[in-house]
Amino acid sequence: MATKADFRTTLQDWLPKLVLAPSFAVTLLFVYGFILFTVVLSFTGSKMLPKFTWVGFENYEKLFALPAWSTAIVNIAIFATLYITICTLIGLMLAIFLDQKIRGEGVLRPIYLYPMALSFIVTGTAWKWFLDPGIGLERIMHQWGWESFSFTWIKDGEMALYTIVIAAVWQTSGFVMAMFLAGLRGIDNEILKAAQIDGASNWQLYRRIVIPLLRPAFLSAFVILSHLAIKSYDLVIALTGGGPGRATEMPATFMYSYTFTRNQMGIGASSAVIMLMTIAAIMVPYLYAELKEKK
Amino acid sequence: MRAMSITALLLATPAFAEPSVEVMHFWTSGGEAAALGAVRDKVVAEGVTWTDAPVAGGGGDQAKTALQARIASGNPPAAMLMLGQTITDWAAEGMLGNVDALAEAQGWDAALPQAVKDWTKIDGHYVSVPTSVHRTDMIWASKAAFDKIGAAHPTTWEELNALAPKFLEAGIVPLAHGGQAWQEAYMFEAVALGVGGADFYKKALIDLDDATLRGPEMVAVFAQMAALRGMVDANFPGRDWNLASAMVTNGEAAMQIMGDWAKGEFTNAGKKPGDDYACIPVPKAKGDGFVYLVNSLSLFTQTEADLIKGQEVLASAIMDPAVQIAFNQAKGAIPARTDIDLSAMDTCAQATSTALASNDTAGTAVPTFAGTHAANAAVVGAATDAITAFFNSDQTPEEAATALADAIAAAR
Repeated sequence: MATKADFRTTLQDWLPKLVLAPSFAVTLLFVYGFILFTVVLSFTGSKMLPKFTWVGFENYEKLFALPAWSTAIVNIAIFATLYITICTLIGLMLAIFLDQKIRGEGVLRPIYLYPMALSFIVTGTAWKWFLDPGIGLERIMHQWGWESFSFTWIKDGEMALYTIVIAAVWQTSGFVMAMFLAGLRGIDNEILKAAQIDGASNWQLYRRIVIPLLRPAFLSAFVILSHLAIKSYDLVIALTGGGPGRATEMPATFMYSYTFTRNQMGIGASSAVIMLMTIAAIMVPYLYAELKEKK
Repeated sequence: MRAMSITALLLATPAFAEPSVEVMHFWTSGGEAAALGAVRDKVVAEGVTWTDAPVAGGGGDQAKTALQARIASGNPPAAMLMLGQTITDWAAEGMLGNVDALAEAQGWDAALPQAVKDWTKIDGHYVSVPTSVHRTDMIWASKAAFDKIGAAHPTTWEELNALAPKFLEAGIVPLAHGGQAWQEAYMFEAVALGVGGADFYKKALIDLDDATLRGPEMVAVFAQMAALRGMVDANFPGRDWNLASAMVTNGEAAMQIMGDWAKGEFTNAGKKPGDDYACIPVPKAKGDGFVYLVNSLSLFTQTEADLIKGQEVLASAIMDPAVQIAFNQAKGAIPARTDIDLSAMDTCAQATSTALASNDTAGTAVPTFAGTHAANAAVVGAATDAITAFFNSDQTPEEAATALADAIAAAR
C-alpha cells in the first residue's frame, strides 16, 4: 500500500512536469534558441545563407548609417505613440460609456470588439480601398456632389503613416475597450457608493477612484499595444506596401526585406535584435513590477 | 488472389523508381501558368512525374525565402526559377548541378545568344536552362490615345516630353504608372539606357563606378525621370502594374513604360498589336540599346539517378523549339533560342527578337538592373530605395544622383 501511495504521489509530482516538458522544450528551442541564433547571426557577415564569419559590430554600424533604418525608427516612434495613445483613450471612453448600464450593451459590445477578429491583412486591404481617392471615400463624396472633398493621405508620403494609425486604431480600440470594461466590472461597487455618499461628482468619481483603480488594465493595454506596434508588418504591407516611396517603412518591413530579399542577413538580424531589445526595454520593467507585487 | 492484388497495388504506386522532377517557381498568374504548362505537358509526355511547387508573389521574393528554407533543411528542389545574380550566387555556393553533356549533344552554344549564356552558363557549366528573354525598356502605347491627338509614336525624349501637354489637353493621362518601388526601378533602368546610352549604363550600373553614378549623365537621367513624374496621374502610388496596363487598354492613359510581360495583359484584354496598341522601344539618345532579362530554371544538384534523369528531360523539354514558341506566346517574351522560326509569334515578339540579335552583335544589349542581373540584390535594393525616394518626393536630380551613389556605395 505504502509503495503504491508513494508511486501515486511521485506521479502527481511529476505529471505536470512531464506534460509540460514537450511544449517547454519546443519553446526553448524555437523561441529562445532562435533568438540566440539571430543574435549570433547579427555579428556575422551572413549574406544569403547563415555564415559564421565574425565581423563584430559592423552590421550595427551599417544599420544605423542607413537612411531607410532611420526612416523606420522615426516612423515607428510616431506610429507607436499615436496608436497607443489614441487606442487607450478611445478604448477607455467606449468602456466608460458602455458601463453606464445602457440598454443593448450585449449588442454593442461585440460590434466594437469585432474588428479584432479580422486579420491585419484584411483590415489593411479594406482600408486601402476605402482610402484610395480613385475608388474609395473621395470618389463617393464626389459622386454625392461634394466635389471639393479631398482626402489623399494614403497617396501622400508625408501623411501615409497616419492612415496606418487610423486603420490600426480601428482594429484594436474595441479590444482595449473590452480590457477596460473587464477592469470596470471588477471595481467594488461599495467604494463607488461610499464616494457618492461623500458627495463626489461623476467626474471626480472617475478621475479620483475609477481610473486609478484601472491601473492594471492600463498596464496590460500598454504592453499589448506596444508589442503590436513594434511587430506591425502585415498591416503596413497590405495598406501601403511601405510606400509611397519608402515613406511608411517600419522596422519589421525593413528586417524582412534585408534578411530575405536583399541577401543582407547580417544587417537584417541586427535590426531584429534592436527590435527585440526595444520590446525588452518595455517588457522587463513591467514583468519586474508584476513579479515584485506578487511577493 | 489477394497476394496478387497486393502485388499489383504495390507495382501501381508511382512514388518510387520513376524519373520525376520538382519545379519551384512563382509563375502563378494566368499567362505565366499557361506558359509553364507547355513545358509540363512535354515533360509528362516523356513519362516523367512533374511536381509543381508554386510560391505565389510576382517578383519571386516569397519564392526566394521558401527556397532558402528548403536549402537550409537540405532538401533543394530539382529546378527553381531564379533571376540573374541569384543564379551566380547559388552556383558560387556550389549548390547547382549542370546539364553540360545534354547541352553539348544538342548544340546549345550555337543556339543561344551571348546575353543568355551569360546568365545560364556559369563558369563554363550550364547550371540553368533558359525559357525566354524579356525586354524591359518598352513603351506600351494606346493607338486610340495617339489617334485622338493625331501624333506619331515618340522616337526621342524631346518628342515624348512634348506629347505630354497634348495628352493632358485631350483629357488623357500621358503615362500610366504603378507607384511601387520595383516598377520605378524598371522605369529607371529604361531611362538610364535611353538617356545615357549603353556605355554609361554598363559603367554606372554594372561596374558601379562612383564618379559615373554621381556624374552629369546620371543627373540627366534623373531629370528625365522628373519629366516622367510630371506625366503620371495623382493616384499612382501603390498601384499594381497590371492596373496601369489596364489604363492603357481602356484608353484612359496613353503610354506605359514596362517590360514586355505587360503584353499578356493586353492579350488578355483582347487587344491586338498594331490594331489596338503598339509596343515601341523607349527612346535612345545615344546609339541603340536593349535591356534584357533572362528567365531560366536553375538545376540544383541531385544524387538519385531518377531525379537526374528528370532534370535532363526537363532541360531538353525547355529547349525544344516548339515548347519555346508555345511558352513565350503565353508569357509575352521571346524564345531564348535564336535559331528558330518566329513566324508563328506576333509582330511585337518578332521586332524584339530582331532588336536583340542586332544589339547582341553590337554589344549594346545590357542586362537588367532592376531584375538583379547587372548587380546583386543588396545593391539593387539600396538603389531602388534611392530611386523610389526621388520619384515620390521633391528631390532635385542632383540630390538624387548623390543619394543613389551613396546608397550603392553603402551596399557594396
